[in-house]
Amino acid sequence: MWTLYKKEIRSFLGSLIAYIVMGVYLIMTGLFLWFVDGNNLFDLGVASLQVMFDISPFILIFLVSAITMRSISEEKRLGTLEIITTKPLTDRSIILSKFLASVTLIALTLIPTLFYVYAVYNLAQPLGNIDLGSAAGSYLGLILLAACYASIGLFSSAITDNQIVALITSMVLSFFFYSILSMLGDINWLDQIGKSLSWFGLEYHFDSISRGVIDTRDVIFFLGFSSIFLGFTQLVFESRKW
Amino acid sequence: MSINVNNLTKIYGKQTAVNSITFNIPSGKVVGFLGPNGAGKSTTMKMLTGYIPPTTGSGSICGIDIMENSLEVRKIVGYLPENNPLYLDMYVTEYLTFMAGISEVKQKKEAVEKVIETTQLQRERHKKIGQLSKGYRQRVGLAQSLIHDPKVLILDEPTSGLDPIQVVEIRNVIKSLGSDKTVLLSTHIMQEVEAMCDRVIIINKGNIAMDQSMEELRNDNSNLEQIFRKATNHVDTL
Repeated sequence: MWTLYKKEIRSFLGSLIAYIVMGVYLIMTGLFLWFVDGNNLFDLGVASLQVMFDISPFILIFLVSAITMRSISEEKRLGTLEIITTKPLTDRSIILSKFLASVTLIALTLIPTLFYVYAVYNLAQPLGNIDLGSAAGSYLGLILLAACYASIGLFSSAITDNQIVALITSMVLSFFFYSILSMLGDINWLDQIGKSLSWFGLEYHFDSISRGVIDTRDVIFFLGFSSIFLGFTQLVFESRKW
Repeated sequence: MSINVNNLTKIYGKQTAVNSITFNIPSGKVVGFLGPNGAGKSTTMKMLTGYIPPTTGSGSICGIDIMENSLEVRKIVGYLPENNPLYLDMYVTEYLTFMAGISEVKQKKEAVEKVIETTQLQRERHKKIGQLSKGYRQRVGLAQSLIHDPKVLILDEPTSGLDPIQVVEIRNVIKSLGSDKTVLLSTHIMQEVEAMCDRVIIINKGNIAMDQSMEELRNDNSNLEQIFRKATNHVDTL
């Protein structure tokens, strides 16, 4: 299993995708945090990374989908799936190693943004007067969120042998589970039903965890959500046997 | 018995791809698996390697059941799928090392060196697979199937699309392997069967049409091509 994991990581780093993802993420968050008019750190006058953490879930929808779109669909198209599934590996370990590789890549992508934390920390008056707890929670939240997106991405990649179809399916599903569900909570006439549905949205739990309070319920929700989609992926994966 | 197949059946929807076939292959034999396109050769091979399960029937490889103990079977089977799928963006040695890893080979480096030598890939070993010619890609595919020194080799059209010289080279490699491994290979080329195989199984529309040793066939005066046509009920118009 670790051999496959290492190979996935290596193929990310060997192709341009990893660097594009890292670059785009850094540039986008950098722009929104420091430069975009109206909402940036200096306009707000508050030493906080909130802007970055607000925009990140949306950037990650694109980036995680882009990372995972190839992972299974390309193996299907090339036929290499037939080789790795006839090696002494279970279908579960194949999916899991691809999943872990994608999450690792996102974690690597987040690392350079620690520089922003450092910069904001030094800008704050008095020095270091920022909510580090909230930042830590948000980073954990982003990784857990990326895990959910990755599981959606793998599922989308498993249902097709076309990368573009996988990309679009993954983005639509991720957006639905992040944003649309939580929007339902704001619709008045849906009342309690909307509120309950929004609980199932990823945004609800991400907001909760990024306040800096790491609630086990949120963590379990994220992990459970990923497991369900990984389970679906395995189901699709095994459909060749039906 | 190295390969044991008992009433193996595969039904896709309403179509019966493989219809209750039974055969046994003793170890150390090279067996040619022949049949027209769509006869069920690849499906049988996919079932033996654990890619898809049979609808009914059973099979075992070196006494290990292909259904109950699929993972164990995969450890002792080397498989070259049809069309030889490869990761084109990987380097030859990188790919083989990766394959050694997922095949649970302990001494990866030695295993890679050995298959590179067997398949004569020395000159191309530092190239990307995507840069190789078809013949060399085929060798990489063959090397991949040999990496864990399997007892049984299942090769689906190992020589399709190669030029005559490459065909002979690949053929020699396979023949040399036949001395200590059981090989089941499918092909469309009759000369190839005559050159490599100890035994021929002809399959047609999912049924076994003929199963004879090469010696018996040689004693028959008609050539293989005619036998093939006869076995597959092909009306001879010439």
